[in-house]
Amino acid sequence: MKTFKLGGVHPPENKLSTEAVIETLMIPKQVVVPVGQHLGAPATPVVKRGEEVKVGQLIAKSSGFISANIHSPVSGKVFKIDNVYDASGFRRPSVIINVEGDEWLDTIDRSDDIDSNIKLSPKEITDKLNEMGIVGLGGATFPSFVKLMIPDGKKVDYLIINGVECEPYLTSDHRLMMEKGEEMLIGVTILMKALNTKKAMIGIENNKADAIEHLQKLVVKYNGISIHPLKVKYPQGGEKQLIKALTGREVPSGKLPLEVGCVVNNVGTAFAVYEAVQKNKPLFERVVTITGKSVKKPSNFLVRVGTPIKYLIEAAQGLPEDTGKIISGGPMMGKAVLNTDIPVVKGTSGILLMADADAKRGEVNTCIRCAKCVEACPMGLEPFLLSKSSKLAKFDVVEKELVMDCIECGSCSYTCPSNIPLLDYIRLGKNKVGQIIRNRNQK
Amino acid sequence: MSLLSISASPHVHGDNSVKKIMWGVVIAMVPALLVSIYYFGLDAIRVTLIAVSASLFFEWFFQKYLIKGPDTYMDGSAVITGLLLAFNVPSNLPWWIIVIGALVAIGIGKMSFGGIGKNVFNPALVGRVFLLISFPVQMTSWPKISPITNGIADAITGPTPLGIVKEGLDAGLTVDQVMAQVPSFMQQFIGGIGGSLGEVSALAILLGGFCLLRRKIITWEIPVSILLTVLVFSGIFWLIDPTHYVNPIFHLLTGGMMLGAIFMATDMVSSPMSRNGQLAYGVGIGLITVIIRTWGAYPEGMSFAILLMNAVTPLLNNVFKPKRFGRN
Repeated sequence: MKTFKLGGVHPPENKLSTEAVIETLMIPKQVVVPVGQHLGAPATPVVKRGEEVKVGQLIAKSSGFISANIHSPVSGKVFKIDNVYDASGFRRPSVIINVEGDEWLDTIDRSDDIDSNIKLSPKEITDKLNEMGIVGLGGATFPSFVKLMIPDGKKVDYLIINGVECEPYLTSDHRLMMEKGEEMLIGVTILMKALNTKKAMIGIENNKADAIEHLQKLVVKYNGISIHPLKVKYPQGGEKQLIKALTGREVPSGKLPLEVGCVVNNVGTAFAVYEAVQKNKPLFERVVTITGKSVKKPSNFLVRVGTPIKYLIEAAQGLPEDTGKIISGGPMMGKAVLNTDIPVVKGTSGILLMADADAKRGEVNTCIRCAKCVEACPMGLEPFLLSKSSKLAKFDVVEKELVMDCIECGSCSYTCPSNIPLLDYIRLGKNKVGQIIRNRNQK
Repeated sequence: MSLLSISASPHVHGDNSVKKIMWGVVIAMVPALLVSIYYFGLDAIRVTLIAVSASLFFEWFFQKYLIKGPDTYMDGSAVITGLLLAFNVPSNLPWWIIVIGALVAIGIGKMSFGGIGKNVFNPALVGRVFLLISFPVQMTSWPKISPITNGIADAITGPTPLGIVKEGLDAGLTVDQVMAQVPSFMQQFIGGIGGSLGEVSALAILLGGFCLLRRKIITWEIPVSILLTVLVFSGIFWLIDPTHYVNPIFHLLTGGMMLGAIFMATDMVSSPMSRNGQLAYGVGIGLITVIIRTWGAYPEGMSFAILLMNAVTPLLNNVFKPKRFGRN
């Protein structure tokens, strides 16, 4: 079975909510919609305090080439536009809307009928995704339409669809493949049309055997799409690792997947593309996993963007007594959040409630030079060296040792027998080196 | 609910720990220990107990009064040093020499650098080489082995196969004449050749090696590159002149070659980090060992070879980098 070669770890999978069918979460009384939910420039609010909005109405406009539109996830009245804490721990401008009813824009097709007839041209598809605020739902939230704009002279050999879900605990992509497989495959076909490519590969780790089987049955109706089971290994969902696993091609350092003729999109994104193009529906809701070892009812919910995570926790039958850490995302790359008022955004794949005992870091010991971090690094770096040099502020060494190649997957910290927080120091070094490089380039 | 903890990812940690690794090594040494007890009887137990408890004591002592850090004596690393030291000395060595060996190994070899993880050289080898130079007579007279089943080991001492060959060749005998005096290859492999505790059976050491590989405590690169280099390098001379140079298989099976390649050279702290660096390191050890054994004054060269390459390890770490992703 295929997988990437270099490095990687295999944390306990703990997929507790695999069987939990996607349920629609009730709409909260108030939503908090940050205008910067994507990679790139935050959107500019286009609504005013007191203004009435409908579901799907544009409330913040894309403010640059790499930016994305934000649409109202609810109907109601704009309460205010204010700075609110998001999952990153910073206060960011957000549109706060008091909910009244659930009135959708007429332009959105709310029927469940599956529409496989793709009428739009490639150019129209790209514009539609831009208009509908579609961003990558795998985590990086990169505006999707940008990925579809292929510069002259470049060709896309493969559209790679990421159904890996290599983060422990998370099951939102898994459930989506099980329940919205047909729609997702149409979304893939739409992306193929926009990219003018004949081949799409869907990579799925083989701990999701039911999803692989299900999609293999459905895919026979679709030309050029193939399903590829992958050996379970973290971080296979990393763009570069997935391309390597599926095609054997290696994206050169500092370059985009397009360099090796690939474009990668997440299964969730493919579904959002289907809804945007075929149903004219902007991206304002997504599937979010709520899970944790002590959670009474680990679930997958279809959640409106802007819903504070406490509603999810409530729907999963409450915050467990032993909770010590709340993570937005998976345990390997997710962010620990400040409180339960943090809103769900486009990039929220799951909420993980960790027990206090599991959330504590172990006692740090001396490095015994065991090289386990070197073995685990999927980019072929030497985490012990990057970490140590960052700690000693030797940023010239940090740069020379290729810190900018680090994908921050955390495999090094995960595997270190001495509990050294390698990635903490490496991030510090990477930030600093990034600044140094930018300053140098400005001169 | 108490306060939420906030930290950067990753939020989970694997089940690796220093203790787990170190005790894993200890377990891998059990087969060799059992074989040595079989051949050397109570003496093997005596040497092992003295070496291990002295190492533990010095680890505790220096940590408490010199480094003044948290207790480290139960992390297993001092037990490994003690066991390796015991494996490297004759079973009839007086107790006070063993204690001096442990003092040098732990005190100079390890704690003077700052304790676990900081030492440049393999501590047990530092201790062993110190003893070899300081007490050459006691360190090179080995009790003739006789399995426990034949009664307790007798007091007759004799040289190791390597020693016999070295002396014989130096005296002008041909390889064939010399080889007639040493045990057969099969005997060397399974066990029952003269020498220190840990050189008695190549098979038992190999068994421990597989255990280490399975638990991913060591990588194959170091032992395999050492053994292959020795095989090829000594093989070249043997092919050129089999009357003056011994069979390469003999090199592989004697003089703690297996013990060195599998347990000593692979010490994490003092060996290179990248796989390529480990290969280069292994080749270096192999070459130096054969050179010392063939032309040097000592019959055994493994310890010196490993210590020399330990010193080169930081350089190897600078030169040999792991295979990078996306930079070919």
